[in-house]
Amino acid sequence: MLPAGSYWMSMAAPASELRSALAADPMVPARWRIDRRGRELSDVFTVELSPQDHPLPRHWSPGQFNMLYVFGAGEVAISISGDPANQYRLVHTVRAVGPTTEAMSRLRAGDNLGVRGPFGTDWPVVAAEGADLVFVAGGLGLAPLRPAILHALANRGRYGAVCIYFGARRPQDLLFRQQLERWRGRFDLEVEVTVDHAATDWSGPVGVVTKLIERGNFDPLSTTAFVCGPEVMMRFAAMELAGRGVDPDEIHLSMERNMKCAIAFCGHCQWGPHFVCKDGPVFPYGRVVDLLTITEL
Amino acid sequence: MAVKADVGELLQQHPFFADMDPVVQEILVGCARNERFNAGSHLYREGQAADRIFLIRHGRVALELQVPGKNPIVVDTVDAGEVTGWSWLVPPYNWAMDARAMTLVRAISLDATCLRGKCEADPMVGYQLYKRFIPIMGKRLYAARRQLLDVYGSPR
Repeated sequence: MLPAGSYWMSMAAPASELRSALAADPMVPARWRIDRRGRELSDVFTVELSPQDHPLPRHWSPGQFNMLYVFGAGEVAISISGDPANQYRLVHTVRAVGPTTEAMSRLRAGDNLGVRGPFGTDWPVVAAEGADLVFVAGGLGLAPLRPAILHALANRGRYGAVCIYFGARRPQDLLFRQQLERWRGRFDLEVEVTVDHAATDWSGPVGVVTKLIERGNFDPLSTTAFVCGPEVMMRFAAMELAGRGVDPDEIHLSMERNMKCAIAFCGHCQWGPHFVCKDGPVFPYGRVVDLLTITEL
Repeated sequence: MAVKADVGELLQQHPFFADMDPVVQEILVGCARNERFNAGSHLYREGQAADRIFLIRHGRVALELQVPGKNPIVVDTVDAGEVTGWSWLVPPYNWAMDARAMTLVRAISLDATCLRGKCEADPMVGYQLYKRFIPIMGKRLYAARRQLLDVYGSPR
């Protein structure tokens, strides 16, 4: 935050100094332009953004999120879904589900978004080097995992087996379907996709995503797992992974709560003793296992 | 006899029979048969007598429910190393859904009447079988309940 009175002091300062001071304030959004907007599913879209303000934004890591501000509509926390190798191209995949995200869905290439961030903890992809990697995604949960998957693929030689297990509602609800098909075509990846129910033209597995974990080809004793999806799905996926022998502290979940300030001031995202915006969103399962079963927490 | 011995080997290799008492395996092998289903053919159909269980060795099987006026809905799949068909355990011993081979399927089938007879004759055989079936049934029941939650649906 700016020190009290600094705004008025900076009125007399050069514009570049003012911009630097504002950029250092995590509550002030920077302008990012929508370069590309694409539809993923009927209610899910992806925006690709490039920075409009200087200085350039801070480095982000897979698993972190930004606060996206639709001018005049509101602000929402959205995980980054792009390639961490391209730090100045922010990619966010969003479900249009409320007034702010619906307003965002109406923006087009050339429009600006306000961006605060990046915030929160990340998937520990560097600490996981040397281990097998298991990604378990459910529904839209593949989006926050994608930066970590792309990092792993770009550094494939640093990991053992890499397994992606993805569960969705129906075959027509598969996020990033083309990319999933490309990944399935690689010889150094295990990609399995299951749906909750399907018509007879679907040739893949049907059933819950935990079934894929059960028969997955990874070494549980040398595995780091990243899990993202609806909370109930994460709970059962983590239980299945732990049941196969994966260390609970090597199972990482991305939690979702109502984030407002994103810097652990407002308390909207408090989850037991944690602020999800600052202590999370990525938590080791071993640290939060008891919280996951507390009713209405 | 040669055919029986082959089936016995196949049974031993299937995870369902892992660690099963060899004596019980030897008793059960008499009920076993090696089968093949081409993609699109049915292992069983809803309402028919549940006369076999299938230990899938290769391929994938869709468990489907027929919906009047619509295409069938696939509610579960069974892959190599898994088992399908426990209606033989529960009166009135009729299949509760269709099982369709999604790919070429190789399976060992166990004749239900033969199995029930051996279970009645030797409770140890029944115990060994139930000990393997109950966890599978439990797991499928829990999975079906989780599917009912429709967790990936729009939060609206």
